[in-house]
Amino acid sequence: MQEITTTHKPLIVAFCCNWCSYAGADLAGSSRLSYPAEVKIIRVPCSCRVNPIFVLKAFQRGADGVILCGCHPGDCHYSTGNYHTRRRMALMFSMLNYFGIEKERTRIEWVSAAEGAKFSQVMNDFAKTINELGENRRLEDLRCKK
Amino acid sequence: MQRIGVFICHCGSNIAATVDVERVTEALAKEPGVVYAVNYQYMCSENGQQLIKNAIAEHRLTGIVVCSCSPRMHEATFRKTAEAAGLNAYMVEIANIREQCSWIHKDIEEATEKAIVLARTAVAKILLDKPLTAGETGVTKRALVIGGGIAGIQAALDIADAGYEVDIVEKRPTIGGRMAQLDKTFPTLDCSACILTPKMVDCAQSDKINIFSYSEVEEVKGFVGNFDVKIRKKARHVDETKCTGCGVCMASCPSKKGLNEFNMNLNNRPAIYIPFAQAIPNVAIIDPEQCLKLKSDKCGLCQRKCGVGAIDYKQEDSFVERKYGAIVVATGFRPIKLDNFNEFGYADNKDVVTSLELERLMNAAGPTKGTLLRPSDGKHPKVITFIQCVGSRDVSGCGKPYCSKICCMYTAKHAMLIREKYPDTEVHVFYIDIRTPGKNYDEFYRRAVEQYGVDYIKGMVGKVYNENGKLMVQGSDLLDNKQIVIPSDLVVLATAIEPDPSVRDIATKLTISIDTNDFLTEAHAKLRPVESPTAGVFLAGVCQGPKDVPETVSQASACASKVIGLLAKDKLKGNPCVSHVDENMCTGCSQCEQVCPYGAITYIDKEFRIGGGKTETRRVASVNPAVCQGCGACTVTCPSGAMDLYGFSSAQILKEVEAICKR
Repeated sequence: MQEITTTHKPLIVAFCCNWCSYAGADLAGSSRLSYPAEVKIIRVPCSCRVNPIFVLKAFQRGADGVILCGCHPGDCHYSTGNYHTRRRMALMFSMLNYFGIEKERTRIEWVSAAEGAKFSQVMNDFAKTINELGENRRLEDLRCKK
Repeated sequence: MQRIGVFICHCGSNIAATVDVERVTEALAKEPGVVYAVNYQYMCSENGQQLIKNAIAEHRLTGIVVCSCSPRMHEATFRKTAEAAGLNAYMVEIANIREQCSWIHKDIEEATEKAIVLARTAVAKILLDKPLTAGETGVTKRALVIGGGIAGIQAALDIADAGYEVDIVEKRPTIGGRMAQLDKTFPTLDCSACILTPKMVDCAQSDKINIFSYSEVEEVKGFVGNFDVKIRKKARHVDETKCTGCGVCMASCPSKKGLNEFNMNLNNRPAIYIPFAQAIPNVAIIDPEQCLKLKSDKCGLCQRKCGVGAIDYKQEDSFVERKYGAIVVATGFRPIKLDNFNEFGYADNKDVVTSLELERLMNAAGPTKGTLLRPSDGKHPKVITFIQCVGSRDVSGCGKPYCSKICCMYTAKHAMLIREKYPDTEVHVFYIDIRTPGKNYDEFYRRAVEQYGVDYIKGMVGKVYNENGKLMVQGSDLLDNKQIVIPSDLVVLATAIEPDPSVRDIATKLTISIDTNDFLTEAHAKLRPVESPTAGVFLAGVCQGPKDVPETVSQASACASKVIGLLAKDKLKGNPCVSHVDENMCTGCSQCEQVCPYGAITYIDKEFRIGGGKTETRRVASVNPAVCQGCGACTVTCPSGAMDLYGFSSAQILKEVEAICKR
C-alpha cells in the first residue's frame, strides 16, 4: 500500500448546470465567498448532460471527488433534466461505491442562482470531506497512462 | 490544425491583483494548439476587443479563449468580437478566472495555478469546437401578459401602443390587481382608483388588447418567438358577451353570505357578484361554492331576473390555444398569512387588522364607505398603533428574511391620512428602521412626523393582548430604553408581502427559475433586470421582488420595450448548441424521444446503403433544431452514443475533465 502523503493536493471536479448552479457559483464569486482552489468547475447546460462516463473519466484520471450541481428539483430550466440526473447518479454512485470509491467522494447538490452562500458552503464542506478521505487511489490505479 | 489565441484580461485589478497574469500568459503560450497569448487591462473595452480582432487577423486564429469574467457576463460580447473579425461566433470559449478564481482566492500562487488550469481546460475544449450556425425562426407578433395588475396593465398598454396585439390573462374575475384595492398612493396621496381605473378602461377599449379574465395559463410549449399557450377560461356561469353589468342579479341573489375578497373579507357579497364597481370586464360571476342553484339545484332567481339572459348555470371551463412571440409575467403579490405571529393577536381580535385591510376600511368604496370604524363594534378608534416589519426582515424562520420595501411608506401614508381626517386620533408607529429612499419619499415620512405629529417609536412589539376591550400593545422603546404599553383601539400590522402563490406553477410551466423566497429570478441582477433566464419571457412587478407602484410601472414599461424590440424582428436567431444524431449509430430505440421535454425528437425512416449496391430502410431519430433547447438529456440517455450536443459535445467535456485532472 502506498503511503498517504500530506503533500497530496486534492482534485475536485464540479459539474455545474448553466442556469442555476453555475450562476450560483458566479454569485459566490461576486459576493467574495471563498471555497478551496482544488474545486474546478465544468459548465454544462443542464446537470442531465453529465454522462456517467464523465464521472468515471474523472476518477480514472485521478480526481479525488466529483460533485454535480443542478437546479432544485422542480426548478430545472429544462423542466425535468435534474430528475434524470438524480436517478441516474444514484445508481452510478452506488456502483462506484462498489468499485471502492467511497460514496463520500461523489455528491449531488441543488444550488439555485440565488444561493451563492450555499454554493460556497457546499464546496467548502465537500472539499473538507475529500481532504479527510485523503488521496483517492482506487480507480487511479487502473487509469490508462498515455 | 487549430490556431488558438488566448487573451487574458486583468479586469483592472479584479483579476490582476490575485492572478499573476504574466505567468498565465507564459504558461498558456506553451500549450499545444496555442499560437498566441497576450494579457490586457480590459479585454471587454473597445481597445481590448480591437486587440482581439487584430490578433485574429495577424495570427490567422481559428479560435479564441478569453480568460476573464463569467461567460454569463461577456460570452456574448466576445462572440460578437470574433464574428466582427471574420471568425465563427462559436469558436470562442471563456475561462472564468474572475468569479471562479481571483474573487474567491487570496493566495496569488494558488489563484495563478488555478487560472492556468481553467485556461488550459478552455483550450482543451476549444480544440474540439466546430463552427456553428444558428438557425432562424419566425416571430409571432403577439404578446401574452400573465397577470392583470398595474404591472400587467402598463406592459399591455405600452405593447399595444406600439401596434402589437396583447392578451392579458388574469386569474381573478377582473383586472386591476392589488392597486385597485388601495385607497391612496404615496407620496402624492392621490386616489388609487382615480389613476388606475382609466388605465383599466384603456385596456378594455383598446382594439389591440384582449382580456381573458377569470382565466389561467394551462400549458406553455415552444420557445422565444413561438410560444404555444393553452389558456383555461374558468366557468363564470355568466355569458360575458351578454352581461351588461347592470347588477340586478346581485340584488336578487338570496345567498348573501359570501366573503368579499375585494374588501379583504371584511364584509359580505352575494353568490353572484361584480367584484367592484369599476371592474373590467364589468361582468358578473357566480361563486359555485356559494350559489344555491349550483350547489343544490334550488333557486335560479338570477336567471329569471336577468333581462338579457346572460346567466348560464351549465357553463363549463373552456380552452383557448394561441401563439405568442413573447410573454410578460406579472403575477404580483399577496400579504403573508399571519399564522406564525400569534403574539400580535390577529386571529383573536377583530380590531387587529393588516394594512391592506385598513386600506379597505378607509376607502370610500369599502365596507365602511370610507369612514374609519373598528371592525368589532363600528366605533371610531381614538388610539391607533401601527406595527411595522410584521414578518419582514425576519430571520427566525417565521416570516421573510427580506425587507418588503413598501411598508415604511404606506404606514406613513396611513398615519398621515388618519391624522388629517381625524385630528383627535392618537397615532403611534413601532418601527425597527425607517427606510424611505426614493424621490420625495423621505420628505413624505418627515411630514408624517413633523407636520402630522405621528408618534414614531423605535422598537419592536412583543405582544398585543386584549384587556377590558382595549388592545394593549406591549413593546420596547429603544431610544428611551424602556418597556411601554400602549392601550389602543385599533392595531394595524404592516404585513410582509410575498409573491402570489400561483408563481410557482407559472415558473414551472415557463421553465423560469425562482429564488428561495419564491421571487422570480432575473437574467442578470443589474444588467438584465426585466428579462428572465428563458429567452422571450420577461418579468414585471412584485413577482420579481418587492416594489412600489412607481417602480412596478417603470419595470412594466421596460418589459414592454423589450417585448416590442423582440416582436419588431421578423426573424430570430436560434441557439445552435443543440442536439444532433449520428444516424449510422442510431438504433431507433425511442429512448431519447421519451426524455426530451420539448418534443424536439421525432423518428424518420431513412434508406442506408449496406454495400453490394443494396440499401435498407431503418428508423432513426431526427432532431428539430428549432425546438431543441440544448439540455442534453438525450445525449446521456442514448444507449448507443448516437446523440451528441453541439457546443458541449461528449468529447469536449471528456477533454475538459482530463485537463482539470492533469497533475
